[in-house]
Amino acid sequence: MTEEDNIKLRLIQKFGFLSDKITVKRPRRIFAEIPLANFPETFDYTVKQLNFSILAAITGLDEGATLGFIYHLARENGIVLNLHTTAPKDKPVIKTVTEYFPAADAYERELVDLLGAQVEGLPGGNRYPLPDDWPANQFPLRKDWNVEMLDKMEHPEGKEAN
Amino acid sequence: MGKYDFKIPIGPQHPALKEPESFLLTMHGEKIASMTVRLGYNHRGIEKACEAQTYIRDIYLIERVCGICSHSHATCFVQAVEEIAALEVPKRAIYIRTLIAELERIHSHLLWLGVAGHEIGFDTLLMYTWRDREVVMDILAMLTGNRVNYGMNTIGGVRRDITPEQIPQILKAIDTLEERTKYYIQVATEETTIIKRLSGVGVLSYDDAVRLGAVGPTARASGVERDIRRDDPYAAYGELTFNVITDKHCDVYGRAVVRVCELMESYKMIRQILADLPDGPIAVKAPRKIPAGQALSRYEAPRGEDVHYVKANGTDKPERVKVRAPTLANVQVVAHMLKDGYLADMPIVIAAIDPCFSCTDRLISVKDTDGGDKNIMTWPALHSSSIEWYRKRGIDFSDLNRRFKVPEN
Repeated sequence: MTEEDNIKLRLIQKFGFLSDKITVKRPRRIFAEIPLANFPETFDYTVKQLNFSILAAITGLDEGATLGFIYHLARENGIVLNLHTTAPKDKPVIKTVTEYFPAADAYERELVDLLGAQVEGLPGGNRYPLPDDWPANQFPLRKDWNVEMLDKMEHPEGKEAN
Repeated sequence: MGKYDFKIPIGPQHPALKEPESFLLTMHGEKIASMTVRLGYNHRGIEKACEAQTYIRDIYLIERVCGICSHSHATCFVQAVEEIAALEVPKRAIYIRTLIAELERIHSHLLWLGVAGHEIGFDTLLMYTWRDREVVMDILAMLTGNRVNYGMNTIGGVRRDITPEQIPQILKAIDTLEERTKYYIQVATEETTIIKRLSGVGVLSYDDAVRLGAVGPTARASGVERDIRRDDPYAAYGELTFNVITDKHCDVYGRAVVRVCELMESYKMIRQILADLPDGPIAVKAPRKIPAGQALSRYEAPRGEDVHYVKANGTDKPERVKVRAPTLANVQVVAHMLKDGYLADMPIVIAAIDPCFSCTDRLISVKDTDGGDKNIMTWPALHSSSIEWYRKRGIDFSDLNRRFKVPEN
């Protein structure tokens, strides 16, 4: 049995609901679909018990009715486990992972600024990467947002952006 | 914040910083008590723009994420797309990609060494390394037609082949650079000015490097033995023999040592690539529409791990392209390194993670304002003109050049 299959097996043994949700796409690349409610415990197990000690990135996606979040976790030996979870667009609330990876705050701030996710427990700090005077409720990576909207935006002080 | 503490804002535009970024330092005397970082001034919306263009056009856009690691980003992106489309990239193309990748690392590390020299007031090192860097820039220009933003990659392979006549030229340049790098290793390990100025500055312990997710030479200089080329092999790295360079100094000095020693590994890899360069085509035909799917691609850029995630939806445009450049992982480490350090160390500590900036100039255009004549000076002409300029003023550099075996052009 390959190491990737062993990881898949251990995840399924621990979390029965993942039985048909894990795919080994190629050597060193595993993709898993995790329901939002089970995400914290799955993430905790993956990091602490399965030794995925590197957070390579977090990708945010606009999936229509939902927002998708992929946590790209890696082991020292190059195996990457991509944990995908979704949250409804009208309540896109996820929990922070900064307690596991302090450096995740930049990745999570990106989700907040660019996709309008709400990250519970994200420590205070400067926003990233949009400007301080970016208008509220404008999320550039959402599919219904387009560049033309930039011209129509009003800045907080009431001046037209150009 | 104590009674006598005070705050200093540095940036987003500041002479000590090469790119727009803003730091707010809380000072306790000369020492930095704490700091906050504000990034995003250079956010150009490239990920969003990728969704509106075809995959082919995206390669050129992605290549411009960074002026120095341009090949890194382009390769990382095409690797993900090729994986989704299940393309069998010819071996020759993979070797050429790897060759350009290592040449890019040499140019980037030499550039860094010069910047580091400049930041500590050792401008002789800047002049030497940037002159030597021209050797690798010329090779890159010969192979790709450009000094940066090489445009070598396409989906399914590379766009330009290497001719048999080019191989001895590359090897000759590598010999020259290796000779020079041995001298830099000597400078880095024996020159008291460098050792004393860089030791104990910008300290990052092994545990902190792991905890904060440091990448690339920054992590390896704290003893973290991570290198995507070895750990998650891509391109031709699985078939090459090389060492992952680490150092236990955990400071700016260690970061300098790691980078100069990595140069030697790059020369070793380039010789292997040229010796084993497979024959055959340099690309396979890629479909215009990429089937639905997703892939995560990792790449050891000169600054550390570069991560690209691509999601395809069956059309000729990607559904999502996510880029995690190495500097984003390392900038957070900087705040930690600066804490309890001296304000005067800030420029070199920031420079030591090697944040990116771009350089494309290669000719100087001199316009005679009286006659209106326009002269283009080539590099050798500029070189001899500068030697002549100094000689007229009683300073002769030509003997110095002979002593260090500097190539004529």
